[in-house]
Amino acid sequence: MVKLRVEFLGGLDVVFNKQRTYDLDIPSSGAFTIKDLLDYLVDKMIDNPKDVEVFIEDGTVRPGIITLINDADWELEGELEYEIEDGDVISFTSTLHGG
Amino acid sequence: MSQEELLKQIEQLKLENSQLRNELHLTSTKAKPTDSDSNEYPLTLEEYHRYGRQMIVEETGGVKGQIKLKNARVLVIGAGGLGCPSLPYLAGAGIGTIGIVDNDTIDTSNLHRQILHDSEHVGMLKCESAKRYLNKLNPNVNVITYPVRLDNTNAFEIFKGYDLVLDCTDTPITRYLVSDVAVNLGLTIVSASGVRTEGQLSILNFKNIGPCYRCFYPVPPSPNSVSSCSEGGVIGPCIGLVGIMMAIETIKIILDIYNEENFEPFLMQYSAFPKQTMRTFRMRGRKADCKCCGSNPSITKETIESGQINYREFCGSCNYDVCTAEERITVQDFENNYHKIEKKNYLLLDVRPPHHFKISHLPDTFNVPVKTLRNMDGSIEELQKYIPEVNKDSEIIVMCRFGNDSRLATRLLKDDFKITNVKDVAGGFFKYIDDIDQTLPKY
Repeated sequence: MVKLRVEFLGGLDVVFNKQRTYDLDIPSSGAFTIKDLLDYLVDKMIDNPKDVEVFIEDGTVRPGIITLINDADWELEGELEYEIEDGDVISFTSTLHGG
Repeated sequence: MSQEELLKQIEQLKLENSQLRNELHLTSTKAKPTDSDSNEYPLTLEEYHRYGRQMIVEETGGVKGQIKLKNARVLVIGAGGLGCPSLPYLAGAGIGTIGIVDNDTIDTSNLHRQILHDSEHVGMLKCESAKRYLNKLNPNVNVITYPVRLDNTNAFEIFKGYDLVLDCTDTPITRYLVSDVAVNLGLTIVSASGVRTEGQLSILNFKNIGPCYRCFYPVPPSPNSVSSCSEGGVIGPCIGLVGIMMAIETIKIILDIYNEENFEPFLMQYSAFPKQTMRTFRMRGRKADCKCCGSNPSITKETIESGQINYREFCGSCNYDVCTAEERITVQDFENNYHKIEKKNYLLLDVRPPHHFKISHLPDTFNVPVKTLRNMDGSIEELQKYIPEVNKDSEIIVMCRFGNDSRLATRLLKDDFKITNVKDVAGGFFKYIDDIDQTLPKY
């Protein structure tokens, strides 16, 4: 079991039932990585299969979406391989372009 | 070398560094006749009066800081939702030279957020309108306008001579261009963006050591995921707040609040709804393999100016050109051969989102957003839940706001739903309003 919070910012909540924050208890034995989390989100939390491509491309988070692990760029933390710990906050935010 | 020895060496280097800095500082203060050391009152009395309230904030460095602001040359690209709130604070603070790049003219729909412009100046160039306002606000500031669209050929010429750039633009195409040119000229960028109720802010290429736009976003977003303020909408004060934060960051950079030692790459995310939150994310540093600021760059002044770096191609664009000429009718055709006739034996389908449709629409219209149509996977039964009388032989006229989504919808109805008689109204509802019935509200 891993307990974490996921957040969908920058309008990404539209593919997650328009809810920005979820507290999740995910059953898992052993390491649970960001890659595992992405699979979980696609399987369990995106209702409309057509919306998957808004979030995922080529097996990873789509370009234009920034992934943050406890408010730090996931690139600083190991990206897909990062092993999620209890209490972690994983945020996804769309890059905005308007001005 | 042991850890202890290393630490000792670092301490020695730090000491040497600070000594050198002091020496450098002394020579530069000696060389500058305007500095307070050599001239007791380097500013005019009016300037002391005008900037007094900010000079007595200790963090600004007082008169020294004010002179830094006065000597600064700042280029603001875009005098819209971000440029408008940031410009008066920059001018008010006494930044000596402000350049404004914008070739767009004022439209009434800009006024809820682009607060330097007003109802009396609709149609005027935004950069000139902004200049008028700033000149009145602070006549000490030299405001230079560039009423051109920034592109590969003019960017270097415009950027040259400025110390810092504010990216207040509205598409990835221009954002990559601004970043690439600034990196090549060694300029720091204060970059922000916003749409709907959210905004983002960052400092890029900080003193040529920080990450650039391409370090953050090496791969551009797919064009259908990019939303502008005119498509997605925007709350005036939400983007306004982000523009004001840009002015704060600009002032801090000029006042040397950030330096090579303490600067850490960041991205701020402001969300206004439902509760206002401001988050600061710690971001990656400069990437060694970055095509622009990395160790072996392919994006140079030469490749940009020659057009070899093609921003449009790089960012791509949505392909709406999916209907043949026969599948489209003009708004006049629609008016004369459909809308005006008494006995209507066609179905009018508006594919805008319902919150758009609610603002204004034609009578006797069905509203099924293009996204909902796509989700039906071509099932007539699903479509009948919205339009009970529809079948494969129905004649359907499709409309949207500007005539883009309606073409995609026409394709879906013909190819997926196998409805043969479907036509798109070219230019959409807004074109209809412009050419046929100006009594209907446009938004």
